[in-house]
Parts: sequence; C-alpha cells; structure tokens
Amino acid sequence: MDVLLLSRIQFAANISFHILFPTITIALGWLLLWFRLRFNRTGDQAYMDAYFFWVKVFALSFAMGVVSGITMSFQFGTNWPGFMESVGNIAGPLLAYEVLTAFFLEAVFLGIMLFGFRRVSGRVHTLATFLVAFGTTMSAFWILVLNSWMHTPQGFEMRDGVAHATDWLAILFNPSMPYRLVHVLLASGLTVAFLVAGLSALRWLVGDRGRANRLTLRTGLTLGAILIPLQILAGDMHGLNTLEHQPQKVAAMEGNWETGPRVPLVLFAIPDEEARENRFEIAIPGGASLILKHSLDGVVPGLNDFVAEDGTILHPPVAPVFFAFRIMVGVGFAMLLLSWLGSWMIWRRGEISRPMAYALVPMALSGWVATLAGWYTTEIGRQPWLVSGVLKTADAVTTVPAASVGITLAAYLLVYAGLIAAYLSVIVALALKAARTPHEAPPGVNDPGIDPSPVMAMGQGGNARG
Amino acid sequence: MAEFSWSEWLPYIFAALMGVSILVYVILDGFDLGIGILSPLADDAQKDRMVSAIGPFWDANETWLVLAVGLLLVAFPVAHGVILTTLYFPVAVLMIGLILRGVAFEFRAKVSLAAKPSWNWMFFIGSLLSALSQGYMLGIYVLGLDTSWPAVGFALLVAACLAAAYAAIGAAWLIHKTEGALQKKAVAWLRSALGLVALGMAAISLATPLASSRILDRWLGFPESLLLAPLPILTVLLFAWLWRLSSRLPLQEDRLNWAPFAALAGIYALGFAGLAWSFYPYVVPGRITIVEAASATESLAIILVGTLFVLPVITGYSIWAYRIFGGKAVDLRYD
Ligand code: HDD
Ligand code: HEM
Ligand code: HEM
Repeated sequence: MDVLLLSRIQFAANISFHILFPTITIALGWLLLWFRLRFNRTGDQAYMDAYFFWVKVFALSFAMGVVSGITMSFQFGTNWPGFMESVGNIAGPLLAYEVLTAFFLEAVFLGIMLFGFRRVSGRVHTLATFLVAFGTTMSAFWILVLNSWMHTPQGFEMRDGVAHATDWLAILFNPSMPYRLVHVLLASGLTVAFLVAGLSALRWLVGDRGRANRLTLRTGLTLGAILIPLQILAGDMHGLNTLEHQPQKVAAMEGNWETGPRVPLVLFAIPDEEARENRFEIAIPGGASLILKHSLDGVVPGLNDFVAEDGTILHPPVAPVFFAFRIMVGVGFAMLLLSWLGSWMIWRRGEISRPMAYALVPMALSGWVATLAGWYTTEIGRQPWLVSGVLKTADAVTTVPAASVGITLAAYLLVYAGLIAAYLSVIVALALKAARTPHEAPPGVNDPGIDPSPVMAMGQGGNARG
Repeated sequence: MAEFSWSEWLPYIFAALMGVSILVYVILDGFDLGIGILSPLADDAQKDRMVSAIGPFWDANETWLVLAVGLLLVAFPVAHGVILTTLYFPVAVLMIGLILRGVAFEFRAKVSLAAKPSWNWMFFIGSLLSALSQGYMLGIYVLGLDTSWPAVGFALLVAACLAAAYAAIGAAWLIHKTEGALQKKAVAWLRSALGLVALGMAAISLATPLASSRILDRWLGFPESLLLAPLPILTVLLFAWLWRLSSRLPLQEDRLNWAPFAALAGIYALGFAGLAWSFYPYVVPGRITIVEAASATESLAIILVGTLFVLPVITGYSIWAYRIFGGKAVDLRYD
C-alpha cells in the first residue's frame, strides 16, 4: 500500500475515533446544564441523581475526546504537510481561534464542573457547567467552519499556489457552513438522546424503576422525538445545498449515472463503477427528481457528467458514499419510529413496553453509527479533492515512508480498539451499578453551601475520582 | 534604523508566543507527567492522593501543548511540516503516551477495584512515554534535526534527563500539595531526580555549541558572553540553593513548601531562555529562519488580535481555577 492510502486510512481512523466523543460531549454538556438548572429551580433530587450519573459519562467521554483531539492536531503536520503549506493562511487562524476561544474554556472549567461542587457556590458551579457546554459548541463551530470551507471554499485568492484570505466573513459564512453546523449539532443532540434513552432502558430492564431513571428515559425519548424531524428537515436542506455546490457528491449519494429528468430514487443497489451502472437496483420512479428538484421533470446531474475527455474520473468513489448515505438515512428513520413510539407509550401509559426497552438498548449507539456514516458520506464525497477545486488530497500527503505510516497506523488502531472496548464496558458497568444504588448524588447535595472539609477528608475508599 | 513594520515583527512576536506556550507547557504538564512517572513508587492510597493533586488541572495544562503546536502550525506552516515529518515516530509515541495518560485518569477511578491496578500502570506508562518522547524530540531538535546514530544516542540521554526533570517538578508539586509521609517521600524523590536534571542541562549546554560553531560563537563572542553570563550563573545558584533547602524539607509549619516548585520553574525558564538564544533566528536550527517560515502577514495579524485579547482572559481564569483548588490536595469527588 502506498503512503497516500495509508495516510488516508490513518487520518480517517483517527478522526472517526475522535468524533465519537465530541458528538457525545457537545450535547451532553447542555443536557447536564439542563439537569442542573432544573435542580436549582425545583430542588428535586432526581435531577441531581441524573446529573451525577451522566457527569461521569461526560467526564469519561471528554477525556477520550481531548486525547484523540490532540492526535488530530499533530496529524496535520505529520501526515498532511501540504495541507497547511497551501491553505494554512486560512486554516491556521480558524484552528487558532478554536484553541483560544474553546479549548482553554472547556479545559479549565471542566475541573471546576467536575470537582468544584463543594468548593464554589451553586451559582458558580452552574456557570462552570454552562461554560463547558458553551466551549464544546464553540469548538464545533470553528472546526466546522474550516471543514465547510474545505467543501465550499470562497473568500480567498491563490498566489503562487498558496491561498490568501481576502474576505474573512465570506470564509466564515461559506455556503455549506450553516447547514453543516445545524446538522452536526442536531446529530450530537440525537446521539445523546439515544445514548441516554438506551442506557436508561438497560437500567429499566434490570429492574431500576427509580425516579431518576424514569426521568432520564423520558428525557432521552422526548429529546429524540423532538430533534429527529428537525434533523430530517435539516438533512434535506443540506442535500439541496450540496446539489448546488458539489453535484458530483449528490450524484454519488443517489447512485445516479445519467443526467436527466425523471431520475428514480434508488432505495437499494450495488453500484458498479467498472460497468458504470447499478446492479440489483430497487427504485421509486421519478423519486430523486421529486426530492431534489421538487418536480418529476427536474433534471438531476449524473455521475457520467464527471468523467473528463481522457477518461479521468472526477467524481468520488461511488459505492462508499452511496452506502454510507443510506445507513445514515436508515438510522434516522429508525430513530423517528422508536422515539415517537416510545414517547407515545410514556405519554399514554407512563411506561414503555418490554420489547421497546429491548429495542432501545442497541439504539444507544445509533447516533454513533449515523454520525460516522454521515461524515463518511461528506468526506469521501469530496474526493479526489481535499479542498474542493483547490487542493487534491494526493498533493498534500507526507513524504514519510509508507512503512512508517503503516507501523503507526497499526499502533493507533490497536490503542483505539482497546479504548473503545474499555469505554463501552465501563459505561455499561456504571449503568448497572447505578441501577442498584438508590441515589447517585451523595447525601447533602441539596445544600451546596455546607462545609466541605469533613466530607472531603473522609475520602472515598480508594476511589479518587468519583 | 529601519522603519517599524508589521510584516517584519509579526513572525518574531509569534516565535515568542510559541516559546512562551512551550515553556508554560513544560512547567505545567511537566508536573502532571512527573507525578505519573513517580506513581509506581507510591502505595495505593498515596496514588489516589497524587492523582487528586493534579486531577482538576491536567487537562488545562495539556492545552498549552495544543496551543504551542497550533501556533507552530499556523504561524510557521513550513517548519511545522519539516519538524513533524522528521520526528514522525517520536510524535506518534508522544500521542499514544498522552492518550494512555489522559484516559487512565478517568478509567482508574471508574473501573472495578480489580481492574484499577492495570489503569494505574497505564497512567505510569503513558506519562513516561510522553516524557521520554518529548525529551527525545528535544535532543534531536537541538542538534538541528540530525538523525545520525550519535545524535540518537544523545537524544536518548536527553530523553532520560527530561523524564527526570518532570519527575523532579512533579515531586516539587507534591511537596506543595501534600503532607505527612507522602510529602517526605516527595522530598526524597526530588533529591534523587535533581542529579539527572543537572546532568541533562549540562549535556545540552555542552552539546549544542559543540555541534554548531554558530552557536559556539554566539555564546563566546564579546560582549554577548558578558550579557549572557547571568543565565548559567543564576541557574547554578538556584540549583545549589534548592539542593540545600531540600535537605531540610519539610520545614516547621510547612514553610516554603512552594519554594522547590518555584525554583525548578525558574531553572527550566532559564534553560529555555538559553536555548532560545542559541537558536534565534532559526525555527529549524541551521535551516529555516523564523522569517522564512512565517505565513502571510494578514493571517498572522488576525490571530494576534485574538491572542492579545484572549490570552489574558485565559491566564486570569486559569489562575482562578488554581486558587479554587488551592491548599493541600484532598480526595477528589464529583460533589
Ligand atoms: C463537531 C465537532 C468536532 C469536530 C468535527 C472535531 N472536533 Fe476536536 N473536539 C471537539 C469537537 C470537534 C470538542 C467537543 O470540543 C472536543 C471533544 C471533547 C473535548 O474535550 O472537546 C474536542 C477536542 C479536541 C482537542 C482537545 C482540546 C483540549 O485539549 O481540550 C483537539 C486538539 C481537537 N479536538 C482537534 C480537532 C481537530 C484537529 C479536528 C479535525 C480535523 C477536530 N478536532 C474535529
Ligand atoms: C469529525 C468527523 C469527521 C470524520 C468522521 C471524517 C472522516 C473522514 C474520512 C473517512 C476521510 C477519508 C476520505 C477518503 O480519503 O476517501 C476524510 C478525509 C479528510 N478529512 Fe475528514 N472527517 C471528519 C471531519 C473533518 C474535519 C473537521 C476536517 C478538517 C477541518 C477534516 C479534514 C479531512 C482531511 C484533511 C481529509 C483528507 C485526508 C483523507 O483523505 O483521509 N475532516 N475524513
Ligand atoms: C434521515 C434524514 C437525513 C438526511 C436526509 C440527511 C442528509 C445528509 C446529507 C445530504 C449529508 C451530506 C452533506 C454534504 O456534505 O453534502 C449529511 C451529512 C451528515 N449527516 Fe445526515 N441526514 C439525515 C439524518 C442524519 C442523522 C440521523 C444523523 C446523526 C445522528 C446525521 C448525521 C450526519 C453527519 C454527522 C453528517 C456529516 C457532516 C455534514 O456534512 O453535515 N444525519 N446528512
């Protein structure tokens, strides 16, 4: 394998691992703030129990996100030196602002949020929780601005092969940014909604009918039921916007080879790039024209338009984009079904049924699946470009020998596989343990003002961190 | 004298900012990593206490590394590419080290008691790997990114010494944050590590001028040598004072418990200043100067504006967070 392919796999592996955790922490931060605020308002212990359970999941996810994020920032230099050399003038300030306005904020206030409960007033603790949530969202904003700019670049000019910024507002508010930001933030909300619902369903199945668990189950389902229609709408608009700016990507997502009217909506097929056609196609006639152009006669671009005279292929690899897109949308509709049905059960009977609980448990990870599938659609759909129309992925790759990249790739994969396994097993173990403990929040938390010293000095039987 | 011009000054301002963030990183995450390196020497209860002494801080401390790499990336993209591709393997080791260290904090506190010792080991291994790889990179870097065998040998020596330097400042932090038996242990750890620290600093001070006549001239030329003389002299004085003080620690009423940390921070700052002087005006020693590597002026200016506003705020709330968790460390809990 050559260094390009290996570097791509390594980068994809690293960022895929990374995004699993931000997608949890971004929305979970806000959810924790909500629990905290509800507790401030109502004094209801169940909110604090929910807070204290989920803050552990948050802390663990945050740590995973931070360490894998650091790997990401080094990867630009080690594997894609050409990226910074050619678009560094634009990517640089965006990354710098992310560090300055987001990373320090999260990192410093995380300490207070996690361990400051008895050291600062309730108000300051609430503020710290807010600042952490705000910081993660800011960080998503900056990195998504950069990523969106790579898809739909504008506001710059090329001088001697190097991009120079000419209009920062145009760079910040590039055409795909608003859609991507909304879609990714909603994705984060959905990931958390189903994680919360799924783990609560697991606790419910092992017999935990406590108020805190009912609360989180209901919260997760309701959040999911509210967000998923918004997400489907946002996704549709995102796709229409992409059609305008990256038609070849949409053609690959749809598996459509020929430009024309009355293009069918392909539900399933196996795209064959050699033969340039679909095998085993199941399709709704005219569907794609209807969705993308809102008329049966709408002309939808096909992949064959993106083949140069000399036969060079200018569109992305079709099959991965095609399948990744279907996985995302499929999971989206499963989310719709389950969250609405589940919410309806709770609304009608105050309780979910046992089959529903069994269905919700695996859905705990559905957000991860859809998020990864979505990113794969987007990113593979941009190939062969790294920055659309400006820089090819192949031109940015490192000169490090392929063998070196191979070795580090193997090492990263090993570490990541181990960590994911550890993460999942610890989260499940925490949930099962919490299901057996009546209260997650320690006694006395209703009164954040009490003197911390005697309690803190007692320690926690060798458990230094919660 | 030439007119003041932004395009000439910006690269130097950024080199200085980058230098400051590396130094802050070395001192702050240095004590976190050092405590990780020392952790196998402590018993289980003490391990918990040691982790408590850094728990609320390590994440923010590590962020200074992100800032330093970020500044290198954004202000000197060419140098960033050259340095990080040459140091490809040590960077990967550093990444894996930081990953293991960072997640071990969380896992060791959440897994069952039976699994805890393995995460304690991960904490140690991660901290050690991070320190060693950073030292190795420093060694290769000061010799001008030379990767010949003698250079590698030298870099390995620097790696060991940097790990000792982190252990020393970690012990100094423990002297400040703990009491009783653990504090006494920390004093002993500090004294054992100091010898290696001195060796490492001496080795770098000798090797850099020997490896590069340019650097030799910088230090021995006149009048520079007079102006520079305070650097090594102060360093030696601080070392001597710390060595004497540490033989008497802990003092009555725990006086001066912060002094070892301050002294070491001072020593590392002086050493860093010496290095900076040796390499100025290069970012890649002997190959690429600060000006050659800098990115476009407009982009640097836009970052600088933000930095000048935000950095004081970051410093402010970081100090506030340290004060919230001031005093002796107690067992950490989420409430
Ligand atoms: C949509 C969100 C998102 C995306 C696409 C990325 N990140 Fe990220 N990143 C976050 C959202 C985030 C976050 C939510 O802010 C994290 C996760 C957990 C955390 O602590 O902050 C984070 C942490 C994080 C950190 C550690 C910060 C710290 O020390 O506190 C670094 C250095 C990066 N990221 C760098 C990157 C790079 C270089 C990326 C792309 C190539 C990237 N992230 C993609
Ligand atoms: C967070 C979710 C993300 C995921 C899961 C993801 C996934 C991927 C994948 C799978 C590829 C490989 C495409 C291919 O080579 O065929 C890729 C490419 C790339 N992405 Fe992303 N990406 C994400 C976000 C980002 C962001 C935020 C940036 C930068 C700001 C970015 C920069 C790149 C670069 C530089 C490449 C080219 C290297 C390569 O082809 O592997 N990605 N990404
Ligand atoms: C069911 C309806 C959905 C539709 C129609 C839809 C549509 C889209 C489209 C068109 C893209 C590609 C954007 C581009 O780069 O051009 C995309 C990307 C993405 N999707 Fe979806 N999506 C849906 C559901 C979901 C769900 C349920 C999630 C996660 C919980 C999700 C997460 C993502 C992510 C993370 C990306 C990559 C980032 C981006 O480009 O926005 N999507 N989606």
